[in-house]
Amino acid sequence: MNTSPKAPLLEVRDLVVNFYTRGGVVQASRGVSFQVDYGQTLGIVGESGSGKSVAVQAVMGLIFNPGRIEGGDIFFKGRSLLDPAGKKRVRQVRGKEIAMIFQDPMTSLNPVFTIGTQITEVLRHHLGMTKDQAKKRAMDLLDMVDINAPEKRLKQYPHEMSGGMRQRVMIAMALACEPQLIIADEPTTALDVTIQAQILELLTDLQQRLNVSVILITHDLGVVAQLCHRVAVMYAGRIVEVGDADPVFAAPVHPYTRGLIRATPRLDAVTDRMVSIDGVPPDLISPPKGCAFFPRCDQAGKACSRMQALIALGDDRHVSCWCAAKEVTR
Amino acid sequence: MGRFIYRRLIHGLIVILGVTVIVFVVTRMVGDPVQVMLPLESTPEQRAAFEKKLGLDRPIPIQFMEFMGNMARLDFGDSLWQKRPAMEIVFEKLPMTILLTVVGIGFACVLAIPLGIIAALRPGGMVDRVTVFGSLLGLSVPQFWLGLLFIVVFAVQFKILPTSGAGTPSHILLPALTMGLPTLARLVMLVRSSMIDELNRQYVKTSFAKGLPFVRVVGLHALRNAGLPIMTLVGWEVIRSLAGYSVVVETVFAWPGIGLTAIQAIEREDLILIQAIVFTAAVCVVVINIAMDFIYKLIDPRLKLT
Repeated sequence: MNTSPKAPLLEVRDLVVNFYTRGGVVQASRGVSFQVDYGQTLGIVGESGSGKSVAVQAVMGLIFNPGRIEGGDIFFKGRSLLDPAGKKRVRQVRGKEIAMIFQDPMTSLNPVFTIGTQITEVLRHHLGMTKDQAKKRAMDLLDMVDINAPEKRLKQYPHEMSGGMRQRVMIAMALACEPQLIIADEPTTALDVTIQAQILELLTDLQQRLNVSVILITHDLGVVAQLCHRVAVMYAGRIVEVGDADPVFAAPVHPYTRGLIRATPRLDAVTDRMVSIDGVPPDLISPPKGCAFFPRCDQAGKACSRMQALIALGDDRHVSCWCAAKEVTR
Repeated sequence: MGRFIYRRLIHGLIVILGVTVIVFVVTRMVGDPVQVMLPLESTPEQRAAFEKKLGLDRPIPIQFMEFMGNMARLDFGDSLWQKRPAMEIVFEKLPMTILLTVVGIGFACVLAIPLGIIAALRPGGMVDRVTVFGSLLGLSVPQFWLGLLFIVVFAVQFKILPTSGAGTPSHILLPALTMGLPTLARLVMLVRSSMIDELNRQYVKTSFAKGLPFVRVVGLHALRNAGLPIMTLVGWEVIRSLAGYSVVVETVFAWPGIGLTAIQAIEREDLILIQAIVFTAAVCVVVINIAMDFIYKLIDPRLKLT
């Protein structure tokens, strides 16, 4: 499967996405770069509005008016998805080679079509299956995501299913054409805790069994620590720290990453209050020139307000923080 | 399902009953048919004889009982004006009005749905602005004036279409256009706003992410969800065309349908014929409403027929 070991499955390079709103140009993604290798799970964490979803929606070609991709490039299996021929490629690739699972299963399925129709239409469109073939495959898929009585379920409508069940249907739909990359955009945020665990378990299990690559977008650092090989931390439209998951969690370098990890409630430590990061994220219509985290950072120095840093720490780990540079050189 | 049909039929019967009672009362309170039907110089004896012939001399409750009984048999009696069974006239004219409505509303739907969708794809774009402007124009123009305008332009000036009447297929063009244009204007606005709502929903994004073709996402996934409000308006427009606009349009174009007949019957105080027409209109409204409920259920399986 891995034809050219050099090229990663997906590479996003300096992606710039702007939204032209009435209030001004929102710079949702300000030069985001990351890559995903075959069979790898990448976690993207960051607070709401940090540009996580925008970055992956750009990969899927799902940036609609008033949003525009205005810089950078996206390579899937070494070929651009943004050059003139790429637009056509996106349409062939999405749903087939790259599939996406969305946040809210309650609204992600079309309420007026049966589950069966919504799964089989993918199969029929991408793989040219006949009605019977697609139905059989759809039943296998439902079986794969642990939905019982698949034949009966196919005839049901989304409103006849629970949230967890619907998310399983979404996952089945994503798996339909055996994609090489699954993008899961906060797949458990809208579900209650016990269902969250089940869905995550299912995702991990499928990831290992089918050896697909996964991009997992989440707020939940615990989930990332558990499931992901690599992690990218986003803040204000940029990736501030990226590296293999274990070292990043063991020794976070960027003050924002540290803040996030500190803000995660722990069972093994006795704390009276939740720890939080003071301040609010910057306005992306006029983001600060230097490090976006500078106003909230307790270690900020002079350079921070002027320039963005990007420092390689070895082991494929990068941090955009001047303080980190000091630490490394020290 | 059986329970639904049963309940709807009962409701429908109540509506029809209510309407006929009102018609019965009103036609007997407003104006005196005898006065209109007979020449001015007729003697009181002649008037009494005529009244007796119509059964108007008997007490109102008796008249009402008889009226109800006749109605159940679809027998409203002979039209005072045409001297033949009123229902016969209705059944003769109704198909013409249905034809006019179907062509008019059909034309409106065929144009409004694609136009509304295209406008909704780019709100604020060129197509959208032209559509909204045109539709406001269409909403503001009175229907009878529109009809007269069409006659002046197409029949009098260019002499390409007949002014009025029925017979050849070209006769239906102007009245159907007059019937359909205000509907088109209302419908296009609704299709546009419903589609804008639907296109912003998450399932549309999912459908695109599944790699489905644009036409399928917009024309099937989104449009079917927008179908409920659209069908509501279409049903309402059909009802208003059959039992409302037809009066105006048919009068302007001398289209021999039930609307024109209604006006003529009112002018002649032909209360038998009026009763038959109003009864028929009420039945049409009830039938269309029941049909709409079935269409809703077809469009949106979440609805329960109760």
